[in-house]
Amino acid sequence: MRDLFRKREFNLFIFILFIILGVSLRTPSFLYVNNFVDIFNDTAILSMVAIGQLMIIVTGGIDLSVGSSIALSGMSVALLNQYHPGIPIFMIIFISIAIGLLLGSINGLLVSQAKIPPIITTLGTMSIYRGLVFVLCKGTWVSAHEMTEAFRGFPRSSFLGISSLISISILIVILFFIFLNLTRTGREIYGVGSNKIASQYVGINLKKIQYIVFTLCGGITGLAGFLWVARYAAAQSETAIGFEFQTIAACVIGGVSITGGSGTISGVVLGAFFMGIVYNALTMINVSPFWQMAIQGFIILFAIIINTVIDKRNQQLMLRKRSFNE
Amino acid sequence: MNKENGVLDIKKIKKISSLNIVWQWEVILLFIFITVVIINSNLSPYFLDYTNLMNTTFNFIEKAIIALPMVFVIICGDIDISVASIIALSSVFMGMASQAGVNTFGLVVIGLFSGSMAGFLNGFIITKLGIPAIAVTLGSMSLFRGITYVILGDKAYTKYPISFAYFGQGYIGNTMIPFELVLFFILAIIFGIILHKTTIGRKVFAIGNNFTAARFSGIPVNRIRLIIFTVTGLCSGLASILLTSRIGSTRPNIASGWELEIITTVVLGGVAITGGKGNIIGVIISIFIIGYLKFGMGLINIPGKVMTIIIGLLLILAIMLPQLIERLKPKNSFGKVKK
Repeated sequence: MRDLFRKREFNLFIFILFIILGVSLRTPSFLYVNNFVDIFNDTAILSMVAIGQLMIIVTGGIDLSVGSSIALSGMSVALLNQYHPGIPIFMIIFISIAIGLLLGSINGLLVSQAKIPPIITTLGTMSIYRGLVFVLCKGTWVSAHEMTEAFRGFPRSSFLGISSLISISILIVILFFIFLNLTRTGREIYGVGSNKIASQYVGINLKKIQYIVFTLCGGITGLAGFLWVARYAAAQSETAIGFEFQTIAACVIGGVSITGGSGTISGVVLGAFFMGIVYNALTMINVSPFWQMAIQGFIILFAIIINTVIDKRNQQLMLRKRSFNE
Repeated sequence: MNKENGVLDIKKIKKISSLNIVWQWEVILLFIFITVVIINSNLSPYFLDYTNLMNTTFNFIEKAIIALPMVFVIICGDIDISVASIIALSSVFMGMASQAGVNTFGLVVIGLFSGSMAGFLNGFIITKLGIPAIAVTLGSMSLFRGITYVILGDKAYTKYPISFAYFGQGYIGNTMIPFELVLFFILAIIFGIILHKTTIGRKVFAIGNNFTAARFSGIPVNRIRLIIFTVTGLCSGLASILLTSRIGSTRPNIASGWELEIITTVVLGGVAITGGKGNIIGVIISIFIIGYLKFGMGLINIPGKVMTIIIGLLLILAIMLPQLIERLKPKNSFGKVKK
């Protein structure tokens, strides 16, 4: 089984290399280090939130509220920063994560305790959180000059030569890689996704796992909310609208099974990176931004079709191998 | 629905279910609807006005027309989140044709055809390759919407024939009944009969309850799903005609966010998102609940974004309600009999 998964990520990796090669043949400046730093900066938030989405999809759920909770936590800390500029930046980050955790745990409670299917829960909370953003800001923006310098500058501030945006996302990737692969709870998440009933028979607490994944995803969106608002130096009621679909797309491209049970962090990060590369490449080769969405849709369809075809072929190969052995 | 009661005494079951009629979802929805009407008419004197009540249907009937086939999609255990993008795509194709001087009849044909082709494409990928509908329609949602951006960019089509305006703005004869509303009810009756009174409908429920079992009992599972997705596309095309005709222009962001509103309506109408359970009547009531709730809130100047909070709360509470009722319900001698 492990070979099969490795193969999928490897395919995506090769595909990314081909795109890089193709684009750089046409526009050599694509290969500049600065450009890659840009791409990493652009995909940092996406890959973080996509990891949250990954955990939920692996358990067989889906979170449509990530865009709205990014907006809500981002707007809350932006307003906090505007009216109380004295609060230190680490406190702001802490509050932002706390708000995200709260929003996520509401999702988690509704899914695990009230047993509402995740897609409906998050469909509901998506509208509720988005509406609350509007109530908070009363339809106005918090723009760059209303934020303190420390707030705006945080994502760009560099640490060991890397922007803190990138280093935070790398930290998140490593943390969750360890969590999903090396801890008991992490493995239980996969267990729940592969077979809900069997996992309960072996003593996995389904409710606990569901609550944990939604809360953790919420925490990530909280952090992402602050980073988003600070990076774009603007908080408004439309912040991160439609972002949930991008995170799901990154997962799907990265080979996460939408029905749950399988998916890896490396796949998702590659998926997010792939989307970032494509967007960047499109601008580099002067394709009108109006093409972005169509190409994104085409890539999603293409990726899932390829993934399914490869999966089917692998399954057939495995069956054949088994019949040989017998 | 009766799969759990199959072995029990039918007469006793009937007795219990007649006692439990109060707890049926449609009845609860009707209560909610009446509550909405009473609250609204108390809050604003303009609510209970025949012309207003009729005219406000323009705002939600296009969504309602897509909600009907969406009931089939969700009962099958699938989902289609590309419907709003299909509206945009059909609208753009109609706009292009209209710019080229195609007459009203031609525009209708183009709208319906492009919608059903888009739906067919979804269904084809889903059924031929066995990919979950949510993944496929997520991709096609971006693809279809993206194509409209590629074609239109930041421009808009505004030139439509005058007779084309009838579909979205016209009334039946001299009455104040909108053409759209009548069309919706005709479709609702057709869809209701197909779902509840024909073998096709029973097959749809069978697919949603147990996909594999349905396939082994000789139901052409994939053909039915393909047809359902195509019909969903067709109805989105129809909704696109109505919407384009009503607002008289096409922009790439037309109908954005509708897919989630439509799914909300269907789920509120009592269709189980996991498939296998649902009722057209419930969905029709739910359409009017949400429609008139929004209208009432609009009358007392509640901003649209705040309405979304209330709709979201309504969705979650409505889904939680049956569970609460389940706990309050008097236990019968069978122990565990669910409707």
